[in-house]
Amino acid sequence: MSTAIVDKPSTLQGARLPKWAPYAIAGGSLALAIGIGLAAGLHSRVQWGLIAAILFVVGTYGIAARVEGTRQAKDRIATSLVWVSFLLAVVPLVSLVWVTVARGVKVLDVYFLTHSMGVVADTEPGGGIYAAILGSLEQVGLATLIAAPVGVLTAIYLVEYGRGNLSRAITFFVDVMTGIPSIVAGLFILSLMLMLDLEPFGFAGSLALAILMMPVVVRSTEEMLKLVPNELREASLALGVPKWRTILKVVLPTSIGGITTGIMLAIARIAGETAPVLLLVWGNPFINANPFEGAQASLPLYIYQQYANSAGSGAAYDRAWAASLTLIAFVMILNLVARGIARWKAPKTGR
Amino acid sequence: MAKRIDVSGLTAYYGSHKAIEDISMTVEPRSVTAFIGPSGCGKSTFLRTLNRMHEVTSGGRVEGKVLLDDEDLYGHGIDPVSVRREVGMVFQRPNPFPTMSIFDNVAAGLRLNGSYKKSELSDIVEKSLKGANLWNEVKDRLNKPGSGLSGGQQQRLCIARAIAVEPNVLLMDEPCSALDPISTLAIEDLIGELKERFTIVIVTHNMQQAARVSDRTAFFNLAAVGQPGKLIEIDDTERIFSNPSVQATEDYISGRFG
Repeated sequence: MSTAIVDKPSTLQGARLPKWAPYAIAGGSLALAIGIGLAAGLHSRVQWGLIAAILFVVGTYGIAARVEGTRQAKDRIATSLVWVSFLLAVVPLVSLVWVTVARGVKVLDVYFLTHSMGVVADTEPGGGIYAAILGSLEQVGLATLIAAPVGVLTAIYLVEYGRGNLSRAITFFVDVMTGIPSIVAGLFILSLMLMLDLEPFGFAGSLALAILMMPVVVRSTEEMLKLVPNELREASLALGVPKWRTILKVVLPTSIGGITTGIMLAIARIAGETAPVLLLVWGNPFINANPFEGAQASLPLYIYQQYANSAGSGAAYDRAWAASLTLIAFVMILNLVARGIARWKAPKTGR
Repeated sequence: MAKRIDVSGLTAYYGSHKAIEDISMTVEPRSVTAFIGPSGCGKSTFLRTLNRMHEVTSGGRVEGKVLLDDEDLYGHGIDPVSVRREVGMVFQRPNPFPTMSIFDNVAAGLRLNGSYKKSELSDIVEKSLKGANLWNEVKDRLNKPGSGLSGGQQQRLCIARAIAVEPNVLLMDEPCSALDPISTLAIEDLIGELKERFTIVIVTHNMQQAARVSDRTAFFNLAAVGQPGKLIEIDDTERIFSNPSVQATEDYISGRFG
């Protein structure tokens, strides 16, 4: 009796492909794709990769369907589609970082970071990005000083107080502002500048950047405030705490990590803006530490000018790459700082 | 300290929806009054009208009178913030402030109101935690976050937080529904002690609990879903559970409801 049960094939256990099968299929489809590419005389590596990806997906489905059955084959095809899309998404990112680092480190050193172009011609080697770093920090910093308080306060109004038409109108205009192209924000400030008959200066760029930053801050802060449980607000109100103090002492501390992250990401977004800076700040090879008077330099603008104004000089290209690397590093450091603050300020659960 | 509550002709709305209609009752000082009734009959809504928390919900408004020792809570020029300082509240789910330590949670009401002397603060915190029977469990970790406590301890922390501001009345909205029997017993014992100092109103779905802790019991019911809830009767707890004057109360208590 019992032997009969043992002899019967289990209904729960089916044939499985071995663990190494996906790797083998990947290797096989890659080899096959290279073969096809060489035979058909396709020169582009990208084409080879795409052929390999298609072969991998089709091959996985075919082999799995034969060995394991169609349901498992569908499972495997979903898994491999996810993997292929992941790789397709990562390839440009990795290659971008790779190329920037490889070309950027050539002239990136302490001298480069602490000196400016000055009288060095764009076609000659030498010079640096000190003025550009200084200008970027000042313009982005001033823009943050304007946009962060306005954005956070707007979000507080929308979540905690806003009712009816006014809040609906504000939400609508914030949505519209999110979609404003950076050049339009630049032109807006430029028109003011022309009306008031002003020369280009750093703060004008800050104003345009603030316009771009504000809706991002409002959106992210709004989402963070909505995450604060209503029970906490009620607990505070029931203690006889006025609403404004409840917001200040209970709602904001609970969500401060997320709000800071949102602001940091908004800073990262505007740090790379070129168009408004090109219109309003103009760029300056000399150091100008005063954002309220005279043209200033800025990192994204420096990259553009080194590339555009140097008539193909190798030294200028190297400087542009090094400045790009600095800009990416700046944004990445901001992201890391934001993550650190979010973790540090997160509500504690320790016992 | 403890004050009497006189409610007359109270009707509460959520927007255009009438949640409770024409409720009148008296809550005696230094006693425990329990509200029982089916879900959705407006017990919690009525409780929240007693410290003007009802109007915090969007669209919430109230008609009628709530007298706290002869002062109308809905009278002209009454500040809801000062009403809530006199009438404290404990919620269904324990809700300690997640960014604050145990000490700061208890001190929150005083600190956020700005009405305290620094030297008195730790005395008040100790007194409140002792009053909530939590002192012995947390005295060595007052600086740890309040969210690290167990559910029953968190609820007692919330009670300590509520009594630290020395209210006259303490409202409890199903304070034990998220707790295990042992924590429930701890809270029920605590209610028995607190009624020496405060007027206590408690909403509960647990009929045995109402019978155990309360001096008077009010039964709420609604005619049908979507209809406003009404007060059916209020009487001494003993009478409600042995010989209620309305048939619906007896049906509900004996489980023959509907």
